[in-house]
Amino acid sequence: MKFVDEFRDAELGRAVAAEILAAVEPGRHYKLMEVCGGHTHSIYKYGIDDLLPANVELVHGPGCPVCVIPMGRVDDGIALAHEPGVIFTCFGDMLRVPGSAGTLLDAKAAGADVRMVYSPLDALRIAKANPGRQVVFFAIGFETTAPSTALTLKRAKAEGVTNFSCMCNHVTIVPPLRALLDSPDLRLDGFVGPGHVSTVVGARPFEFIPAEYGKPIVVAGFEPLDVLQAVHMLLRQLSEGRCEVENQYSRVVPYEGNLRALEVMAEVFALRPHFEWRGLGFISQSGLRLSDAYADFDAELRYGVPGVRVADPKACQCGEVLKGVIKPWECKVFGTACRPERPIGTCMVSSEGACAAYYNYGRFARERELV
Amino acid sequence: MDAVSDREQRVLDIIETARSKRAKFRDERITMAHGAGGKATQALIEGLLVPAFASPALDGLADAGIVRVGELGLALTTDSFVVRPLRFPGGSIGDLAVNGTVNDLSVAGARPLVLSLSLILEEGLPAETLRAEVAAIAAAARAAGVEVITGDTKVVERGHADELYICTTGIGVLDERASLSPAAPRPGDRILLSGRVGDHGTAIMLARGEFELDAEVASDTRSLWPAVDALLDAAGPSLRCLRDATRGGVASVLNELARAADVAMLVREADVPVDPAVAGAAEILGIDPLHIANEGTLVAVVAPEAADAALAALRAAGGRGDFAQAAEIGTCHGAPGGMVLLETAFGGKRVMDMLVGDPLPRIC
Ligand code: SF4
Repeated sequence: MKFVDEFRDAELGRAVAAEILAAVEPGRHYKLMEVCGGHTHSIYKYGIDDLLPANVELVHGPGCPVCVIPMGRVDDGIALAHEPGVIFTCFGDMLRVPGSAGTLLDAKAAGADVRMVYSPLDALRIAKANPGRQVVFFAIGFETTAPSTALTLKRAKAEGVTNFSCMCNHVTIVPPLRALLDSPDLRLDGFVGPGHVSTVVGARPFEFIPAEYGKPIVVAGFEPLDVLQAVHMLLRQLSEGRCEVENQYSRVVPYEGNLRALEVMAEVFALRPHFEWRGLGFISQSGLRLSDAYADFDAELRYGVPGVRVADPKACQCGEVLKGVIKPWECKVFGTACRPERPIGTCMVSSEGACAAYYNYGRFARERELV
Repeated sequence: MDAVSDREQRVLDIIETARSKRAKFRDERITMAHGAGGKATQALIEGLLVPAFASPALDGLADAGIVRVGELGLALTTDSFVVRPLRFPGGSIGDLAVNGTVNDLSVAGARPLVLSLSLILEEGLPAETLRAEVAAIAAAARAAGVEVITGDTKVVERGHADELYICTTGIGVLDERASLSPAAPRPGDRILLSGRVGDHGTAIMLARGEFELDAEVASDTRSLWPAVDALLDAAGPSLRCLRDATRGGVASVLNELARAADVAMLVREADVPVDPAVAGAAEILGIDPLHIANEGTLVAVVAPEAADAALAALRAAGGRGDFAQAAEIGTCHGAPGGMVLLETAFGGKRVMDMLVGDPLPRIC
């Protein structure tokens, strides 16, 4: 267990920061969106924005798996968790996402058997260890996590595990990006592209961004130096008047993606006609369900969930935050009514959520100094 | 400052004011987060328990309460242990039950003297398991120089407890060299750490076998009295305060102190000793090692003139190399009060907050 240390090296970081400083045109304001919540987290965790010139602004995007889950889906999950005999499994962050009447953690305190897992395989293992119980896995995430859900379901099918099912909330990254680019609210200069998603889908799916919208995008890794380098590459494209898909993360991301993973996904999942996103509403062809071949493992079919659409709380501005239209601190309830220990919106829950990252790490304005 | 950052700063100020108020307890049910040592625990203690008992001794929210009997100052503390599994690399529930209570007394500046021991046993518990834990308790008490002088045993039906819970209460005598208070840290003070962070929590997590991670990490459970003794000797009244960095980790402890003393603290991440295996596991699980529980690591705030001597004494404390990894990890500043900042190893600065939620339940 060792990290790629050179990508966390403070000296290299300072060198790239100096190059960035040299690449910005004074007087010009740059607005770059990091699509992925993993980047948002890195940026705050390593204090990267502290190393950027004041006129380079990083705007947080929609790529946070927990953040985009709408309230109605949480309610459906809680309903499943209360089914008699069910062991409900999900990632830890999901436990604290508020539904219309409390969180999964509250459901657990009220008697539901809710367990946190670190991977869908853990959930399958629980199913095999408890043959007398039904185990439901609440699957979330973009193309990053969808392959591991798919592989787990394949294994469950091959091994004939009948007490395992999956409530699928997987989503895809391109439709929300398109929705964002089509919205008139936002003026962006470029994108830091999602590294993990791209290990699966490759860099090609992002070609529409320069081609149709005239914005550069650089697919980037998650170490602090990766992010700084990506920012530098974007600034260089802008100053040289180029506009293309570049791959900063080529040590991990093949341009064509991972064909094997895409194949497994195509076998296990099918596109939903539309899927609701927290704060963004319904986006067509943006969500995955289990394919007909895997219908037996579909928890929504096995149990029938309420499936009621629940409006977001009035005060919640997660949609604006996910679109990068407002900064977390501009939400009226940020840090007062909505805090990590008592979140109103989803962006305050996950460590990849912009509000949580800003609250936990960023509550110290760049200009302010220690005395 | 332009208008935007002005507006941002106003929002931040409102938040800090809200944060400095005593936490309210408003939850409808107890969740695991209330036991994790982070914000929910704080709300439970400050919002429900402290107001109910309204004792000035509770106001400092220290690890131990102080009573004066004539000339004599005594420290009293109590702690329950529900760790799962009972045994893990580096120790067992019996070790924790002794060391946890001994350490709460030690960081209050009191020499640990005697313990009481309550056992809650689940019907069906193998006698062998109990025997092993009793032996562990006896050995740990001997090592820490305390005596178990009273106790109690209860048995509950199968399924009503998980094997074995232990509760210990300890009494210590306040050391004359100590004048410790969580409100004492001043700008310029140095922050010392007695050893590596995150070993205990990581060891428990790995021992549960819930993750397929291959790493050898042992709990740091040990008595902190030798470290406290050495610090008091070297720094005396320049030692401002001590805290045992258990649940919630070093980050939560520093936040409590920064708030109590109304100082800012700046921690240099590169100077915090972390075992690479712990750092790796924490990274995979998305936890900060500074949020992971320790069972034999303390935080000390020392006046600048005594810091070097204190650190040297700390490193040599106990004579067995237990604290050889001790380090100075940061400094106190005047403003922004109540806030802990981290200078990341990558060179940026950010806030380091208390733990929220409960990544690792039943850790001690
Ligand atoms: S502060 Fe809370 S409600 Fe507002 S946008 Fe952030 S998460 Fe949503």
